[in-house]
Amino acid sequence: MALVEREHINEEAVRLSEATAGDFIALLKPRVMSLVVFTAFVGMVLAPASPNPFLALISILAIAVGAGASGALNMWYDADIDAVMARTANRPVPAGRVAPGEALGFGLFLSAFSVGTLGLMANWLAASLLAFTIFFYVVIYTMWLKRSTPQNIVIGGAAGALPPVVGWAAVTGSVSLESLVLFLIIFLWTPPHFWALALFKSGDYERAGIPMMPNVAGGASTRRQIFAYALLVAVSGVLPTIMGFASLSYGVVAAALGVAFVWYSWRVLAVKGADAALRPEKALFGYSVLYLFAIFAALLCDGLIARLGV
Amino acid sequence: MPDEDRVKPTEAQLKARRSRSIAIALALVAFVIIVYLGTMFKLGPGIFDRAM
Repeated sequence: MALVEREHINEEAVRLSEATAGDFIALLKPRVMSLVVFTAFVGMVLAPASPNPFLALISILAIAVGAGASGALNMWYDADIDAVMARTANRPVPAGRVAPGEALGFGLFLSAFSVGTLGLMANWLAASLLAFTIFFYVVIYTMWLKRSTPQNIVIGGAAGALPPVVGWAAVTGSVSLESLVLFLIIFLWTPPHFWALALFKSGDYERAGIPMMPNVAGGASTRRQIFAYALLVAVSGVLPTIMGFASLSYGVVAAALGVAFVWYSWRVLAVKGADAALRPEKALFGYSVLYLFAIFAALLCDGLIARLGV
Repeated sequence: MPDEDRVKPTEAQLKARRSRSIAIALALVAFVIIVYLGTMFKLGPGIFDRAM
């Protein structure tokens, strides 16, 4: 190779990747994935069907990979805004460890792979729902709503709420009212969860130009909306008992968890951001994570007890 | 091509490539097992039950 040619080579074009397997795993957003796996599993346990355990396990894996794929596509598209937010600046794409094209290819490949696997191993209704979830999260939420409306996470929350419906469909081949109640619990939980975060990270979102509710409607309006959603979350939590597919014991636990959710939201509303460290907002955010885990854990226990006839 | 013209990977690049290769190998082995067992559980003996 002549010296003159060597000088014209674009250093970036021949750059050998330093991305480790861990960077590609980080593209899958493992923490979000664990919540998806858990809620999808609860959907499967509550469904009135007895699937082969191995096929159920593969279905869970496929749903997890599908969720991971949408995470990778989200990180590919959002690399520009991730780079300016402290919380996300060290993600593999903005940090330069994974090239954008690699993240895109990885996400697209895993999307097709997970949907195909779920279709072949469970059924094509579940696979279609998984494909819709990925499409909704990547195209409707990430590409469209996230940068254009403060209702971004309200509508986009549908993507995060679908996994139990996919899990239910994977073992029954249908979508029922019960699975839609599970959807509703997560769907109503999403706005107070993210708005609590947005209240104490509003500087980050503002720098990135994302129209989160506190940046657009202000803190007071956001706090009122959080409280309204908290009331709805508390009601949706007890719906499984009211509709008869969970026991009274579950209903009592769900009601207690819901009351606490309302109380944490009430503190956010009452303190009105007067606490400089925004402790009520941080407390609500922390509790909201615990709430979703606890309510689905309670549903899981209830479902297992009913299944085993204890 | 003479040796000096090749792109020489650095230690970090070689380590990263090895980590990716192992992950791809594990993923492919897992996929083979999943497809094999999945086929057995899904179709069972019916796997050979096809019209000629």
